[in-house]
Amino acid sequence: MVWINDIITGILIGGLYALFACGLSLMFGVMKVINLAHGDLAVIGGYIAVGVIAVTHIPVLWSFVIVVPLMAVLGYVLQRTVIQAALDRSILTTLLVTFGLSVVIENGLLQFESANSHSLGVDNAIITSSFSIGSQITVAYLLLLIFVVAVVVLTGLQYFLSRSRYGRLIRAVADDKEAAQLSGIDYRHVFGIAAAIAFGTVALAGIAYGMYSQFAPTTGTDTILLFAFAAVVIGGLGSLWGTLLGGVVLGVAQAVGAQISGSDEFLAGYIVFLAVLVLRPQGLIARRSTS
Amino acid sequence: MTAVAETTARSAEKYRVTRSHRNVAWTGLGALVVVVALALFPYVVGAGTETIVVQAFIILTLASMWNLLAGYAGLVSVGQQAFVGIGAYFVLFLNIHNISMFAALPVAAVGCGVAALPMWWLVSRLRSGYFAIATWVLATTVLLIIEKFPSLGSGTGLSLPHTPSLSTAVLEAYTYWIGLAVTVLALLAVYLLLRSRLGLVLTAIRDDEVAARSSGARVGLARMLVFVVAGIGCGAAGALLAVSQLIVQPSAVFSVQWTAEMAFVVIIGGLGTIEGPILGTIVYMVLQQTLASYNVWYLIILGLVAMVIAIFARRGLWGLVDEHLHVRLFPVGYWLWDPDSGGRRGARGSGPGLGRRSGGRHS
Amino acid sequence: MSEPTPSEPGPGEPEGRGAAWTSPREPKGAASPGLRSDEGETREGDASRAPGGERDKQSEREDRGPILEVRELTVHHGQLQALDHVSLRVFPGEVYAIIGANGAGKSTLLRTIAGLHRPTEGSILFDGTNVTRVRPERRAISGIVMVPEGRRLFGSLTVEENLQVGATYTRKGPWTIERVYELFAWMKDRRAQRTEQLSGGEQQSVAIGRALVANPRVLLLDELSLGLAPVVVQRIYGMLPQILATGLTVLLVEQDVSQALRVASHLQCLLEGRTTLEGKPSEVTPEEVEAAYFGLRSAPAAEGSEEA
Repeated sequence: MVWINDIITGILIGGLYALFACGLSLMFGVMKVINLAHGDLAVIGGYIAVGVIAVTHIPVLWSFVIVVPLMAVLGYVLQRTVIQAALDRSILTTLLVTFGLSVVIENGLLQFESANSHSLGVDNAIITSSFSIGSQITVAYLLLLIFVVAVVVLTGLQYFLSRSRYGRLIRAVADDKEAAQLSGIDYRHVFGIAAAIAFGTVALAGIAYGMYSQFAPTTGTDTILLFAFAAVVIGGLGSLWGTLLGGVVLGVAQAVGAQISGSDEFLAGYIVFLAVLVLRPQGLIARRSTS
Repeated sequence: MTAVAETTARSAEKYRVTRSHRNVAWTGLGALVVVVALALFPYVVGAGTETIVVQAFIILTLASMWNLLAGYAGLVSVGQQAFVGIGAYFVLFLNIHNISMFAALPVAAVGCGVAALPMWWLVSRLRSGYFAIATWVLATTVLLIIEKFPSLGSGTGLSLPHTPSLSTAVLEAYTYWIGLAVTVLALLAVYLLLRSRLGLVLTAIRDDEVAARSSGARVGLARMLVFVVAGIGCGAAGALLAVSQLIVQPSAVFSVQWTAEMAFVVIIGGLGTIEGPILGTIVYMVLQQTLASYNVWYLIILGLVAMVIAIFARRGLWGLVDEHLHVRLFPVGYWLWDPDSGGRRGARGSGPGLGRRSGGRHS
Repeated sequence: MSEPTPSEPGPGEPEGRGAAWTSPREPKGAASPGLRSDEGETREGDASRAPGGERDKQSEREDRGPILEVRELTVHHGQLQALDHVSLRVFPGEVYAIIGANGAGKSTLLRTIAGLHRPTEGSILFDGTNVTRVRPERRAISGIVMVPEGRRLFGSLTVEENLQVGATYTRKGPWTIERVYELFAWMKDRRAQRTEQLSGGEQQSVAIGRALVANPRVLLLDELSLGLAPVVVQRIYGMLPQILATGLTVLLVEQDVSQALRVASHLQCLLEGRTTLEGKPSEVTPEEVEAAYFGLRSAPAAEGSEEA
């Protein structure tokens, strides 16, 4: 019965994974860009938070107020300049450029920070404790908070995409950017908005990760990117709820793997990921027809 | 004979399609000279320099393979480090069982070729971005699996237990010559591959996959062949790594940094050209040697330069040379000799392609 | 050419200025509310082949100036030349048709006018302003809106969402989403359906509606008939009068020559990127059209050797 606890933890962590993944999914869905630097962006968000907290002394829990908008702006600028330039060449070029970005970011962090791990220590006593359900289940408040935040953000994003004017434009541009141009829409600007959202959400996820665990310069590619990708692939492209489901499946698979053998946590996740890639590349929920 | 048919027949007589530009003989001679000169190195330079050149051999071999994959077959793999690692571990494994590390190298290379087959089965249907990530996941998975074997050193790695009892100088020299042989073979293999029918098929696929398929080209087979060859090449490089370092550590041999270096070298040198990896390797070694004391700066600069070149000078440094001097050291394309215009009209068969934007529809 | 006579509506011609192209069945002066009254003269369609007043209409029209002008347009797709020094002038209220075989360059011409291709040479003027270097979205906002070949609807969006997207950056004008629902009676009930579930003809209507709600001044129609049953095509082209009545000008590309001849007030035929024929439907003979379309030479007698 000790499994129940791990499974619940796995489910809750799935929310975090989904938060990592939604930006990746958005960028791929809208502009067909696979951002190999996506994980590193989360880490950058974490490092910026560390710096912001050191300078402004705001509580850790509120650091996102500064970091998230900052990263969103960074995302818009990077998209309009570097990524758009690469997109104008070819998909291959965007892969290469984002890969290069990832390597540059990681080595830059290694150079200027150290290889040590950082953590965003949360000092709020309520958050760091946990509560129990029955005698078997203990849930950390922080983890629950992260899960709730993830669900709220995903719901908000879904609502934004399906109801708002800009959400409609984003969906239209994702369907057919040339036709959107003919309707008077500058798709480069819409791409920028999508990138801003992606960078903002992944920064938020990075901060959450920093509170719950630790990050180091290479965490972006060691851990986060593959998790994000796995969540997207397992859940299927084009569906935010699918991404949540994918994150949860991944989290549970890891929890189960950890039960089997301590070091098999990640391996279990990767195997599930590979299995889905081979058996059902569309993912578990294949809703909209992309492109 | 109708007027139309007559004109066609007449022009067919006048036009000639040739394989190479005139100066190929010089290139062949030049390459021979270079190889011989390199072979004489151990007699002239010290062990330290040899080690550096062996590093260059490894990078050049890897780069040629990555270039074959991405520049010609359109497969962007971010997981080639899997083969580097498998090749290195093959050497370790065989050496543990008393096989000389030098003899183990070719076996390792072939073993990687075999290992490439199930891997290809797993990833072959995936499109570009998914393919890239899948190769990365595969590589990480292989790493995690190998780390489970204590006999292979688990997570910390193992030194080669049965190294030949030779003096350092001789050992270095042998390592150097093996490295030279691997590199020359790799470049030769790529060159011959691209000159063959496979090369034509690859170019056709790159230009228009659907058309290539419908004209009978075995697209899947061609790609698989390329993947396997690249696996063999990267495996040989990994084996060379093990031989030159005399120790195999999982985090080192399976590091994604290998792919980063391969890719950057190729992009800077020129994707889709055989000469490109050579040029890129030279740039890489220069950067690494001059910035060696600055930790990871060379990788940062390499990455930034690669990004800039990928966007602005798609064909890399060699592409710039080629454009201005019209030189082809390794001729794999076709030239069309037009007697009327007095010279050649380059109909480059195997030009590099970082993706052409096709124009709009015709109507 | 006779001297210009004072402009007087001839038999069957609409009264006054600003009246758009009308079919013979419509009463004279049937101008819809909200019509702009500053438009220039119109060119008559083949519906009323009245030779009398045409020449004076022509000169009056030419004083107004064309709303869209293309000069010596040359377009390349890579090394392939798609258009070779093509020129045309479209006057307000006209229905100008481009015809030609596949690969003749018709869609390329339209797409270049819409801004999706950069010409190698030549220029495009919209209401006197040079727009050759203007991005497509800006052209759409200023009034050149294209209904692209193959509909190109936003498949995952509903009918209404497609129209809403089209209306995002709209000019002031008579066309609203409600008005489009009036034009296509079936649309309002199905407005919550995703467009990928619609039939070809329905999709075409939505595509036209999406362009209309932007209130264009020049509407570019690229191969409306493609992939649609003839009955459906007729019905869609039957909407043209109502569209034109609101003061639009139409430039269309059509593979179906007889359909084009039925609706056009002026036409141009392209072959391999070059103009082979230009004129009014009333002035060209079927043989001329055929020759221009296929590029046949008129007299085989001068040839030395026979073609097999």
